[in-house]
Amino acid sequence: MISLSHFLVLGAILFSIAMAGIFLNRKNVIILLMAIELLLLAVNMNFVAFSHYHGDTAGQVFVFFILTVAAAEAAIGLAILIVLFRNRRTINVDHLNSLKG
Amino acid sequence: MNFDIAEFMPALPEIFVLTMACIVLLVDVCLDQERRVITYVMTQATLVGAALLTVALHTGGRTVVFSGTFVSDPMGDVLKVFIYLVSAMALLYSRQYLIDRQLFKGEYFLLALFAVLGMMVLVSAHSLLTIYLGLELMSLSLYAMVAVDRDNEIATEAAMKYFVLGALASGMLLYGMSMIYGVTATLNLAEIAAYNADISGNEIVMVFGLAFVMVGLAFKLGAVPFHMWIPDVYHGAPTTVTLFIGTAPKIAAFAMLMRLLVEGLGGFYVQWHDMLVVLAVLSIVAGNVIAIAQTNIKRMLAYSTIAHVGFMLLGVLTGSEGGYAAAMFYIIVYALMAAGAFGMVVLLSRAGYEADRIEDFKGLNDRSPWYAFMMLILMLATAGVPPFLGFWAKLSVLQAVVEAGMLWLAVVAVLFSVVGAFYYLRIVKLMYFDKADDHTPITAGIDMRVTLSANGLAILGLGLFPGALMALCASALL
Repeated sequence: MISLSHFLVLGAILFSIAMAGIFLNRKNVIILLMAIELLLLAVNMNFVAFSHYHGDTAGQVFVFFILTVAAAEAAIGLAILIVLFRNRRTINVDHLNSLKG
Repeated sequence: MNFDIAEFMPALPEIFVLTMACIVLLVDVCLDQERRVITYVMTQATLVGAALLTVALHTGGRTVVFSGTFVSDPMGDVLKVFIYLVSAMALLYSRQYLIDRQLFKGEYFLLALFAVLGMMVLVSAHSLLTIYLGLELMSLSLYAMVAVDRDNEIATEAAMKYFVLGALASGMLLYGMSMIYGVTATLNLAEIAAYNADISGNEIVMVFGLAFVMVGLAFKLGAVPFHMWIPDVYHGAPTTVTLFIGTAPKIAAFAMLMRLLVEGLGGFYVQWHDMLVVLAVLSIVAGNVIAIAQTNIKRMLAYSTIAHVGFMLLGVLTGSEGGYAAAMFYIIVYALMAAGAFGMVVLLSRAGYEADRIEDFKGLNDRSPWYAFMMLILMLATAGVPPFLGFWAKLSVLQAVVEAGMLWLAVVAVLFSVVGAFYYLRIVKLMYFDKADDHTPITAGIDMRVTLSANGLAILGLGLFPGALMALCASALL
């Protein structure tokens, strides 16, 4: 029998993988964008699990909004990425270091 | 579910701004570059119209509509009016700067309008869902605004950093919200506040969720240790975008803090009080100390923002009505002062030249005594020298902190404000006692001159008579 806690643990694992992806990845900005998507999916997992557990649909409605916003976010992220690549000819995270102080 | 037309009335300013943004979008498509100024005028008219609507619909009471997702209350109305005001100022200061850099495009104004709409929704949010949607509408517009100068290398880098850290913060906030939803089974802030947290075991999950929400909030506010993006974004973004990001969204972030922590999670005051103490102390200490080492004025103002956010958090963490009113007064005053300070950087910049180094203010008194005087007022006010405006803001926050019995916090805050005064006074010294390297006359349109002067004089006037604005903030929170 799969219980609420199984879903929550899965959500937490996905969330941790996404966090690790953001902080450990020093190579590619696209991987950062993927990690951010995974972060939002982990949250969606939580919301759907809680929504089903409580028999309350508000959580599932929230998930639809998160999915929509995630799509918009990915669009803006990729747009910035393209502009960045045109200016820099690289999308390596380590090379994004001209701003400091 | 059926909607009563009266339900829409409290949201009329939002509906108006959304409609106008769509109209501006359509009109802008049909304009050629010479007539782009129409977009600008329509954007300003929208902000004025929204302000008139907000004032006209102001009832002094509290109405919750749309199944408890949207609230119209005096605090929201006051904050919204100041959001319109500083946004309109930010756009006014931008006009010539954008024309000089071939950035005078419709997108800029549209993104600003959508960001303002996001802030309005955020300020009036009464459910976790509306908080998230308002926040994202604001943030997504701001990410794009930072990258609006597409050929600028550091601006695009700043946009990328802002985007990644902003999205990370949203993810954290959402994870915390999912935990709170899991315990309370509702998204409505009033129902979350009414939830009885004593049920064994659930309290821990609530605090777990609260911690994630707090990380997300701290990121958006830019409180240490979640401040990494602020200096880079302020430095990299075009100065007028920095001006916009540094002012109106701070007011909206304050509203988000109030809605989430005070209205929604007021029952967990003991827990979030401790978290805010850590954030506030670290912000005040790190912001003021690191700002001293900066040579770029945008970066210096970024660290000063961090310190000011710490001060504002001091007001909120007292948990008293007086403290909230002081924090609200502080953030409004800060937004006005920051608009003026960044406005001065914009004024000194011209086509092909950014006056963003601190040395660019050398000998400003010889070049233009009037603007040197304006900058003097702004710097003294931001530093908190009596009797200027920033002093009253700091004083009211400190009073609330002392009343709440946290004397040591007040002592730390005062000590580091004194440290902070150093870098503001350095600019005053450069303006009045150093020789200018650059003798180019300051040219600016009449609109810019008048607004910047009005901005400086308003800071001076409000500093001499701070009572009215303070009373407004206090009455808005009752």
